[in-house]
Amino acid sequence: MRADWEVVIGLETHAQLTTASKIFSGASTAFGAPPNTQASAVDIALPGTLPVLNKGAVERAIRFGLAVGGTIAQRCVFARKNYFYPDLPKGYQISQYEQPVVAGGTLSFLLDGAVKTVRLTRAHLEEDAGKLLHEAVPGSSGVDLNRAGTPLLEIVTEPDMRSAAEAVAYAKALHALVRWIGICDGNMQEGSFRCDANVSVRKPGGALGTRCEIKNLNSFRFLEKAIEYEIRRQVEVIEDGGKIVQETRLYDPDRDETRSMRSKEDAHDYRYFPDPDLLPLAIDRAWIDRVGGAMTALPDALRGRYISQLGLSLYDAMLLTESREKAAFFDEVMKADVQAKIAANWVNGEVSALLNDAGLEFDRSPVSGGQLSRILQLIADGTLSGKGAKEVLREVARGDSATGDVDEIVASKNLKQISDGGAIEAAVDQVMAANPKLVEDYRSGKEKAFNALVGQVMKATQGKANPAQVNAALKKKLG
Amino acid sequence: MHRETLKALSAQLAARKLSSVEVTTHFLDRIERAQSVLNAFITVDREKSLAQAKAADARLAKGDAAPLTGIPVAHKDLFCAKGWRTTAGSKILSNFIAPYDAHVIEQFDRAGAVLLGKANMDEFAMGSSCENSAYGCVRNPWDTNAVPGGSSGGSAAAVAARLAPAATATDTGGSIRQPASFTGVSGLRPTYGRVSRYGMVAFASSLDQGGCIAKTAEDLAMVLDVMASYDERDSTCLDHPKDDYVGSLGRGVKGLRIGLPKEYFTKDVARDVIDPILAAVEQYKKLGATVVDVSLPNQKLSVPVYYVIAPAEASSNLSRFDGVRYGHRAEKYSDLMDLYQKSRAEGFGAEAKRRIMIGTYVLSHGYYDAYYLQAQKIRRLIARDFIEAFKQCDVIMGPAAPTVAYDLGAKVTDPVQMYLDDLYTIPINLAGLPGMSIPCGFGNKGRPVGLQIVGNYFDEARMLAVAHAFQQATDWHEKEPPSPLGEGRGEGR
Repeated sequence: MRADWEVVIGLETHAQLTTASKIFSGASTAFGAPPNTQASAVDIALPGTLPVLNKGAVERAIRFGLAVGGTIAQRCVFARKNYFYPDLPKGYQISQYEQPVVAGGTLSFLLDGAVKTVRLTRAHLEEDAGKLLHEAVPGSSGVDLNRAGTPLLEIVTEPDMRSAAEAVAYAKALHALVRWIGICDGNMQEGSFRCDANVSVRKPGGALGTRCEIKNLNSFRFLEKAIEYEIRRQVEVIEDGGKIVQETRLYDPDRDETRSMRSKEDAHDYRYFPDPDLLPLAIDRAWIDRVGGAMTALPDALRGRYISQLGLSLYDAMLLTESREKAAFFDEVMKADVQAKIAANWVNGEVSALLNDAGLEFDRSPVSGGQLSRILQLIADGTLSGKGAKEVLREVARGDSATGDVDEIVASKNLKQISDGGAIEAAVDQVMAANPKLVEDYRSGKEKAFNALVGQVMKATQGKANPAQVNAALKKKLG
Repeated sequence: MHRETLKALSAQLAARKLSSVEVTTHFLDRIERAQSVLNAFITVDREKSLAQAKAADARLAKGDAAPLTGIPVAHKDLFCAKGWRTTAGSKILSNFIAPYDAHVIEQFDRAGAVLLGKANMDEFAMGSSCENSAYGCVRNPWDTNAVPGGSSGGSAAAVAARLAPAATATDTGGSIRQPASFTGVSGLRPTYGRVSRYGMVAFASSLDQGGCIAKTAEDLAMVLDVMASYDERDSTCLDHPKDDYVGSLGRGVKGLRIGLPKEYFTKDVARDVIDPILAAVEQYKKLGATVVDVSLPNQKLSVPVYYVIAPAEASSNLSRFDGVRYGHRAEKYSDLMDLYQKSRAEGFGAEAKRRIMIGTYVLSHGYYDAYYLQAQKIRRLIARDFIEAFKQCDVIMGPAAPTVAYDLGAKVTDPVQMYLDDLYTIPINLAGLPGMSIPCGFGNKGRPVGLQIVGNYFDEARMLAVAHAFQQATDWHEKEPPSPLGEGRGEGR
């Protein structure tokens, strides 16, 4: 691929909302029940049934609107999207069209160390469809309507992303946010969070190219690979003198390629119109305030506090607020008297790496915020070296200690740094005596010999000697 | 017994002079004997009805009866009733046994009423003559060569022929008032949102409203008292306090201001219809009412507006009848599209198909603004006309239809002509207002004429009192058609 192509990506994400019942019926939304056991008369669209809006779904949409700084509509309208398919019992999906519940807003995240901001177009409420079961019934297809009517928030971005990596970073940030504000469990295997990617390429500064939409990407890896494939495909088509046809495509992870599903010509005319069974929804200030008042601190607010009160960089603050659990962990560490920058480095560095290796999130961390803050204090007062502290962290994480008391682990595992001047001097004397050649070299001007001597002292003390004190003692004794 | 009003039957049941089983059996027998002539019912289930009647008798014996306990009521086959086949007059639901009760059915159950049978109707309530039923047309008891009106023609014919003391019905564009007018009975379409639509098979959601047909306004008041109830399962049902419909009946009409819209008294309305209506207005004047001229300038737009909005909603509402989960499915099909096409082609009748196509067209990309959106705007203007008119009057009166009942087959081939006849009922639906029709005389060939009474929002109590005052002073509502049972003529006129 030649370098002079600019990639333009917009994402539409369907986040399944965490309500216990469906958006227009009282049936449960729990995942994994036997087929059609969670489909009420409304969900299977018996004649005469009518939808009744679940206020909990609206409340979650309000939370989202507040979290991204969007405009929450004072009045929004549910519309019918008409098409025939066996997983759509009414023959129409209740969605929002011209008047969505949230308009605008932004989402910021880190990409290659820089802060990126993607503009959101809108977020609207809609119901999910059921599922076709092609293998369950021999010789014919079955329909499972348990998922039919599950509340979704469809979050649509502007075409602001310029690479697959950026799209993935956005999707991850969005995934963290919807979980942060508790509106979606983010379970991608169960389909609670899935993305459609609109991809086009153009010459930088040129008009937008024709886009293709890749549907139903339910992992970050598939999202990235599907977009990367699609970019390659589009550039190849254009460079070979062809034209991109606007179409909907599906990603096949087994073959790592996208395939055409239907072109614009076959696109449905959905005949949207306001659903006469549902009144326009009014959302007043008081409702928004009530929802906002009950919300936990938002990532933006925390970032602001970390920067202004703790003196952290935007970069550190962004990393710490990657998830609510991580920020909560950091806040826990900061309850003790520790330096913010050092605490941030440890949370973003050592602890994150440790959890990553273990495949855990911060809410399941084997090291508590309190334990980490004690470790940091022991570094500050010289009891632990940096290296020793890392070992202590691993020991704590291993969880062998009955009490989990950091000081006890340091003592029992003998990880304490040697800061006793006498002991260090004795070690230095011993090393100098055993390495006359190095001493000679240093005194004749070979600076490198000094580091070798430090290494020997550290070795002799099993790495526990306070390096600063070793340096000072060596310098003094070497003259 | 069948000549008695619902009120009189209720009193006799309460006094235990009659049992519900006796009453129910009597009406079931009449239905059975009249069925081959009138075809007013789609489904009758003697066993089920009598079981309910027995239960009602037990309740009457215990002394905790409500006014409608033990009264058999026919229900338009648009209301789902648990365990009862509910067809909406369509072949596509010919095998559909409703697994749940409509709110209206629940209300009657609670009151202890007996479900007498499911009344015939135009398919999905689409029609003005009851000739669009997949279960055969209904005949007008006054003249079996005439249509009973529609779409609630089965309900109206059943009450007119004294096959039921009362019947539920629905009114999307006049489907209660016009058949009531054609068959000489009293019918009430309440304010939109007064009666829950839950469990009522949808035709056009923003216009559909359940109501009732009976012999007298007083009976309607008793029935409405049962039907009108807030139901949170219908988001368009309004939580508006219910009036004392029965207790308000005696309010009289002294000082009542009757608005006569000039648009309802034109040469387009037949002379034999206008005359009895003007005579009724004179009667009201005698009773102390005054008359004011009002105008509904946008009324003439109501037919085109209605025939955009109603089909649009219907095309979407009827999408669920796809042969996948319930209802008619074609026997042989090659793939999914074939299953849809064949099941729907076989299941829907001509009028339903026509409206699905019109509705699909007006909602299509590029046409939506010109048709649907424009229609919604004019709909607001039509409603505003009424709001203006009601500043000058308390009720509006006029014809419910421009002619008396016409002959069977007379308009089947010209649907547009049939649509145009709805001009006098449709504006009320578009505005969401309550409307009634009560018998006020006879026109050509001795066919009944109805007086339409339109009230302001939630003014059903006043409308019923207005109708009641008329029925206290006249006996049009007591006129009975020739018996369809071949037992000699009834009282006649």
